[in-house]
Amino acid sequence: MARDRSPAELVGAAPEDPFEISFDGRTLTALPGQSVAAALWSAGILAWRTTRHGGRARGAFCGIGQCYDCLATINDRPNRRACLVPARPGDTITTQEGHGHAGLAV
Amino acid sequence: MPDSPSDERADDAYGAPYDLAVIGAGCAGLTGAVTASELGLSVALLDTSGQVGGQFYRTPAPALGAVRPEALHHDWSAFADLRRRLEASAVVHLAGHHVWTVARGSEGDTEWVVHAVTGVDGCGERPVRVRARTVLLATGASERQLPFPGWTLPGVVGAGGAQAMLKSGLVLPGRRVVVAGSGPLLLAVASSLAAAGARVPAVVEASGYLGYARRPGALAANPHKLAEALVHGAALLRHGVRLRTRSAVTRVHGTARVEAVTVSRVDRDWRPVQGTGRRIACDALAVGHGLVPQTELATSLGCATRRTPDGTYALELDGLQETSVPGLWAAGETGGIGGAQLARTEGAIAGTAAAARVLGQPALTRSRRVRELRRRRDRMRAFADTMAAAHVPGPGWVQWLNDATDVCRCEEVTAGAIREAVADYGARDARTVKLLTRAGMGWCQGRMCGAAVACLAAGPGAASVPPSPERRPLAVPVPLGVLGALDPDEADGPVS
Ligand SMILES: Cc1cc2nc3c(=O)[nH]c(=O)nc-3n(C[C@H](O)[C@H](O)[C@H](O)COP(=O)(O)OP(=O)(O)OC[C@H]3O[C@@H](n4cnc5c(N)ncnc54)[C@H](O)[C@@H]3O)c2cc1C
Ligand code: FES
Repeated sequence: MARDRSPAELVGAAPEDPFEISFDGRTLTALPGQSVAAALWSAGILAWRTTRHGGRARGAFCGIGQCYDCLATINDRPNRRACLVPARPGDTITTQEGHGHAGLAV
Repeated sequence: MPDSPSDERADDAYGAPYDLAVIGAGCAGLTGAVTASELGLSVALLDTSGQVGGQFYRTPAPALGAVRPEALHHDWSAFADLRRRLEASAVVHLAGHHVWTVARGSEGDTEWVVHAVTGVDGCGERPVRVRARTVLLATGASERQLPFPGWTLPGVVGAGGAQAMLKSGLVLPGRRVVVAGSGPLLLAVASSLAAAGARVPAVVEASGYLGYARRPGALAANPHKLAEALVHGAALLRHGVRLRTRSAVTRVHGTARVEAVTVSRVDRDWRPVQGTGRRIACDALAVGHGLVPQTELATSLGCATRRTPDGTYALELDGLQETSVPGLWAAGETGGIGGAQLARTEGAIAGTAAAARVLGQPALTRSRRVRELRRRRDRMRAFADTMAAAHVPGPGWVQWLNDATDVCRCEEVTAGAIREAVADYGARDARTVKLLTRAGMGWCQGRMCGAAVACLAAGPGAASVPPSPERRPLAVPVPLGVLGALDPDEADGPVS
């Protein structure tokens, strides 16, 4: 099997037109139907949050909405799970620094 | 099938009680819902996701236009068939519904109130309730994670998570991905990553595969499992992937992201063998140590659990999939990890049993078809137990850790801090460790670190597994406002 094939080729994807989103001021291309996390991964970006205590970089880990490591600030709203939220044209994603629990009963 | 995006769903979807509410639209829940509906029940099917299929049949969003989604799945025809039955049925599919608790309604065990928040990530903050006479819990599993130095570095992702991101978003975490941990899922993940274009330099499995050979009966009785293993095995060979058993990733290297991993040999107890470490260059690591049933909704209602051969807890179920609480059924991974085909079989039994109860027709459960389904289930469960026993984590895994390794990813609690709580403050269980260190108190409520914290709390030489099933008050974190809006006296009334 070809080594250089991509996931999209494997499933014969013919997505609708790509659109632009921005991540920390950088313009990226996303495909309709992709989550924010998937759009970031496809641009080679693996981290979009820093931890509250150590300030360490984190991104998607569990991929299915359970670990909360992928929290991002999306259109000024913090604490969104990037693996669940679909990317939309014009979305502004910013690295979420620190603070966690705000307003959640965990 | 009446279906609409969750936020615009007409309020009448939440009005009259349903005969059956199914929580989880994976193989188990989907099969349970259509089976019960075909027998005449009114059914609501709730899932956090916008699409049915669960973890196994996770599919790209329609806008991605995948014409061959089946290239990433086995047994696609079974799913196509389920979707067809769902379309043809009157099942009300409530997508984007994050169920956070199930409560008894005013009629006791004959009425249940399912509480959910809506929206893609539960941030829609629209609290809704669905009332039902019976409930089928089909919430699946989460991945068991065991920490090791470097596991919080970007580029380290869950093995099932990598699979999920690939199936739904058609993306890879890197170009050269080592797959590691334990359990049969690793082979499936490695073969899909390789098929999608990633180089997989190694699959690193901490157990041997001899455990299967010790129970040849279960293997012989489950030829489809052998076939599945052969398919993965052949795919891995074709892609030049090496399987290293009795080995573990004991360190991840890199500063901003993964650059390499150290793979060490481990002994039977998963203790690393000194001097065997070998470095493998990669830009991502997909890791997982088996799956853990998600049972919170059931345990908070008092449903009994059983200990599984790989040290997790699953719901205790009777021959017709009913939990110890009458009126609540469970199917699929909630009753023990066993794979997609078992989940479908159990969903069919549970859907039939719920219909028999609601319709007052116990004979439905004595049909030839149900007897055959039960036989199939028992056979597959026996195999699942063999599989679980072959991959039970050895107690020596704790030696992968150094004191600086974060165990709790959310609260950044290190192995050193937990060991101190155990050695100096006498903590002996996960709950005390949590109070002393905050391990397990973060956003994920201990889903990622729970197994590890329990092992560390039990101290050296203890069993490798948690002493008691986890109890989380809420199955998903909910905004405080939603809790505040709840009126305890009106558990069965309409919301807002
Ligand atoms: C991340 C991950 C990836 C996996 N990948 C594979 C794979 O590639 N191959 C394989 O053979 N097996 C895989 N598995 C194993 C898989 O779980 C089973 O094979 C099979 O999907 C079990 O079916 P199920 O119906 O029991 O659970 P699932 O398919 O997991 O379905 C459970 C459903 O319940 C929903 N749910 C859970 N909690 C709630 C809640 N509180 N409110 C509303 N909905 C909820 C979930 O969104 C999900 O759709 C994976 C498991 C995980 C955790
Ligand atoms: S990656 Fe775990 S919640 Fe998003």
